[in-house]
Amino acid sequence: MDLATFAVQLLNGVQYGLVLFLVASGLTLVFGILGVINLAHGAFYMLGAYVAYWLTLQTGSFLAALVGGIAIAFVAGLALESLFIKRLYGRDHLSQVLLSYGLILVLDELRHILFGKDVHSVAPPAFLTGSFKLTDVLSYQNYRLAICAFCLAVAAAIFFVIARTRIGMIVRAGAENRDMTRALGIRSDRVNRLVFATGIALAALAGIVVAPISTVYPGMGDQMLILSFVVVVLGGIGSITGAAIGALLIGLTDTFGQVLFPSFASISIYLVMAAILLWRPHGILGARDV
Amino acid sequence: MQRAARLIVLALLVAAVALPFAAPTYYMQFATKVLILSMLAMALNLVVGFGGLVSVCHAAFYGIAGYVLAISAPKYEPASLWLTLPLALLASSAAALVLGALSLRTRGVYFIMVTLAFGEMLFYFFHDTQFAGGSDGAFINLKPEAMLFGVNLLDLDRARVFYWVVLALAVLTILLLHTITRAPFGRALAAARDNERRARSLGFPIYRVRLAAFVISGALAGLAGYFAAAQFGFVAPEMLGWHQSAIALVMVVLGGQRSVAGPLAGAVIVMGLEETLKGLTEHWKLIEGLIIIAIVLAFPSGLQGLVARVLAEPESDHG
Amino acid sequence: MSKIEMLGATRRDLLKGAAAAGLAGAFPLPALAQGAPLKVGFMLPYTGTYAKLGKFIDEGFRLKVEMLGGKLGGRAIEYVQVDDESEPAKGTDNMNRLVGREKVDFVVGTVHSGVAMAMAKVAKDTGTTLIVPNAGANDVTRAMCAPNIWRTSFTNWQPCFPMGKVMYDAGHRNVMTITWRYAAGQEDVEALKESFVKLGGKVTEELYLPFPQVEFQALITQIAQKKPDAVFAFFAGGGAVKFVKDYAAAGLRASIPLYGPGFLTDGTLPAQGADAEGIKTTLHYADDLDNPANKAYLAAFKKKVGEEGDVYGVQGYDAAALLGIGLDAVKGDIAAREKMYAAMQDAKIDSPRGPISFSKAHNVVQNIYLREVKGGINKYIAVAHANLADPALGCRVAS
Repeated sequence: MDLATFAVQLLNGVQYGLVLFLVASGLTLVFGILGVINLAHGAFYMLGAYVAYWLTLQTGSFLAALVGGIAIAFVAGLALESLFIKRLYGRDHLSQVLLSYGLILVLDELRHILFGKDVHSVAPPAFLTGSFKLTDVLSYQNYRLAICAFCLAVAAAIFFVIARTRIGMIVRAGAENRDMTRALGIRSDRVNRLVFATGIALAALAGIVVAPISTVYPGMGDQMLILSFVVVVLGGIGSITGAAIGALLIGLTDTFGQVLFPSFASISIYLVMAAILLWRPHGILGARDV
Repeated sequence: MQRAARLIVLALLVAAVALPFAAPTYYMQFATKVLILSMLAMALNLVVGFGGLVSVCHAAFYGIAGYVLAISAPKYEPASLWLTLPLALLASSAAALVLGALSLRTRGVYFIMVTLAFGEMLFYFFHDTQFAGGSDGAFINLKPEAMLFGVNLLDLDRARVFYWVVLALAVLTILLLHTITRAPFGRALAAARDNERRARSLGFPIYRVRLAAFVISGALAGLAGYFAAAQFGFVAPEMLGWHQSAIALVMVVLGGQRSVAGPLAGAVIVMGLEETLKGLTEHWKLIEGLIIIAIVLAFPSGLQGLVARVLAEPESDHG
Repeated sequence: MSKIEMLGATRRDLLKGAAAAGLAGAFPLPALAQGAPLKVGFMLPYTGTYAKLGKFIDEGFRLKVEMLGGKLGGRAIEYVQVDDESEPAKGTDNMNRLVGREKVDFVVGTVHSGVAMAMAKVAKDTGTTLIVPNAGANDVTRAMCAPNIWRTSFTNWQPCFPMGKVMYDAGHRNVMTITWRYAAGQEDVEALKESFVKLGGKVTEELYLPFPQVEFQALITQIAQKKPDAVFAFFAGGGAVKFVKDYAAAGLRASIPLYGPGFLTDGTLPAQGADAEGIKTTLHYADDLDNPANKAYLAAFKKKVGEEGDVYGVQGYDAAALLGIGLDAVKGDIAAREKMYAAMQDAKIDSPRGPISFSKAHNVVQNIYLREVKGGINKYIAVAHANLADPALGCRVAS
């Protein structure tokens, strides 16, 4: 592999990692603050992509789909929290696993009923459709670059909120010691609802953003879910910085794995995870006991 | 009440043994499938219910045993049960030993996520590599045979015999788990679940007890997987996937985690429900999902809790 | 004495009567059977990446039955649908459901090769008549071939073998291949290599990714780095849409031409749009084949379904035609299987894809066409190989 190709593959890996971060950040946030394992996180990623497809079709504008999709996901998150999730606080993890598994089945069928089961492609916004030359034969889509920039911006926003706001303070406290925050009575209903809805919106956002480069298909949430779990475990549950590190690690491992040992790309991800957990059982930046 | 319970168990057992004489072949095969999955769920429950460790990778042990049969079976001849079954159990136990030794270093939600990820690792091992057919899966052309002095003791080709063998194994699994959970070993496991710190201060070797439970449970899951592969004559990576583990967990929770045979009832209900819903509507998963959610919210202790509440006294093992 | 004799006689008569009744139950007599509809089980992907393919096969089959007057061999047809989800793991179970619970008379399915193999195995064990309307797994009509297993689509070998010559004749010598790592993908690449290497070409590298993964970026980058003369790609359904779009977006369309079996651009052109223009593929069908059967098919399909008919629809359509020939020969009496199969073996169908017949292994013998995507359709260029039959290696039954 020459240097130019290496650089391109590096770019591919980082771009994939940034998308992974977007999905995983919502997952780690929900777990860090609410103490709820949400297996249905991947289903929201999938739904986000379908909503993007549908709204682009209706409005003709990808940007409208982006804004509309996030709004819909946020509202759905608020509703789900008050219907189901809030009954899970403090319940054992097994109940959470099962309830969210039931939710996956429900969401998947709802998608089937609302949007059908076809595979779709979504056009990126017109001003990002072009591409630029990387090497003599290889071009890189502007849209892929835009995704990188967008994900970085979202990451910056998340970090700002966490470092500078009251909610951020609660998140940090939650990641450090959830029982303590709970004991201090910080878990007001409104904060919980907002946090869950934000988590869902982040998953949907990721789905919307990748829709133009990844086709929209029914099983797309499943693989993303497992990968974002790996990212969260690697980084340390509840830690946003950890999720960022984990996401980049997985993005790069997968990309270079595909090139260097194609049959073992997916397995190498889990080997990396096993190695890191042997070294640090609570993830790279995880607090002690969760 | 004890006596009534015993009578009920006996009646159920007689009914189960007599089933092949009453039901058409399709439903007998269906019952076989339910029993096999109930063995997986009961095995899983040793770790989940009695050990308090939510493992999401038991489908991997189930699938590995199936693959051992697929790989070791000759193409045009039946495999020997005496050879392949121990081999399958050994492979499942070995996998459980390695995965357990690593995952049991973690606690709580990390344990869930780590087992989930390790299970997926094994899934991808069979899915992505050309070893044993990749994502297409592999066939077992002939059912294994149990030859002794030139006589095939168990003619598994006959659906009836296959059913009875699986029924016997399910009963044996119940008896084995019943014994284990009531032995000092089972008490240590439960003590560690209820209060890890106290169990440790009482001198229980918690890590080793849990690991042993994990390995036993992995081996039993393998037993189920071996017969699942033999029944369908086909293995595919999805056998190891986390959806399979999740369904087994649903069976466990539905049947009741504190009872040995509860998951059997859970399996009957889940599979019966799926079979009925599939015939009724294209969107059966929607209804199944809603039912799972309702169960988690309304009956956290499963059927067992429900029955106990109705009878207002401790429940025996028939679930 | 006489009493006992009488009793004996009565009992024997009773037994005879019971046996006759039993026989009638197991093998319905033609006179009785004429009234009852025949049950056809569709085991097809109604969800997932192959959902549209499944739908078109289903519609194509129903269309042909309607055009034959709603009856095959004089008997009405009833349909049972099962979604196979393209998951080999559920294949045996779903097939058992159709055969064991729904008690269908025939099974039609499926798209995914792995699922089709599981189905063929059950069909072989139970003797149920199976017509495969798409899956190309070579083994279905090679090692697994059986009197009751038929295929109206292709073997994976068929459309790809002629491609070696097409690519060699276009002046390509160093070629890379990319596909999913599953039976269909590997058999396609093997068939291409068989002819291409024999002519003196070289396959420099074979790229694979797990089915049904669609993250192509890393592998496309690799193609750009190695710069082969051309690329041979096999994907289908959603994967084909994504690959063709990604390939064009990476700017490779102009510099490294893309070839493949027709599935790369069939049923997917609306979603692929301009990115598919100029791709050359080989297949047993082309959208603009100029024959009366094709025109009739396309017009009727459009009228019934509201969408343009494609090769998948044709395969379902021909499955119904083949079954119709078999059932006509026995006047709807499915107990006369040998006679029915003999008629199907001798079938000569004037298919929308041109004339087809059946090999001893029950696979279709057909023309393979070279096509090019032009103006949003797979345009016919030439016959790449006429009346191509699969070698059917390892088929021991050969009816």
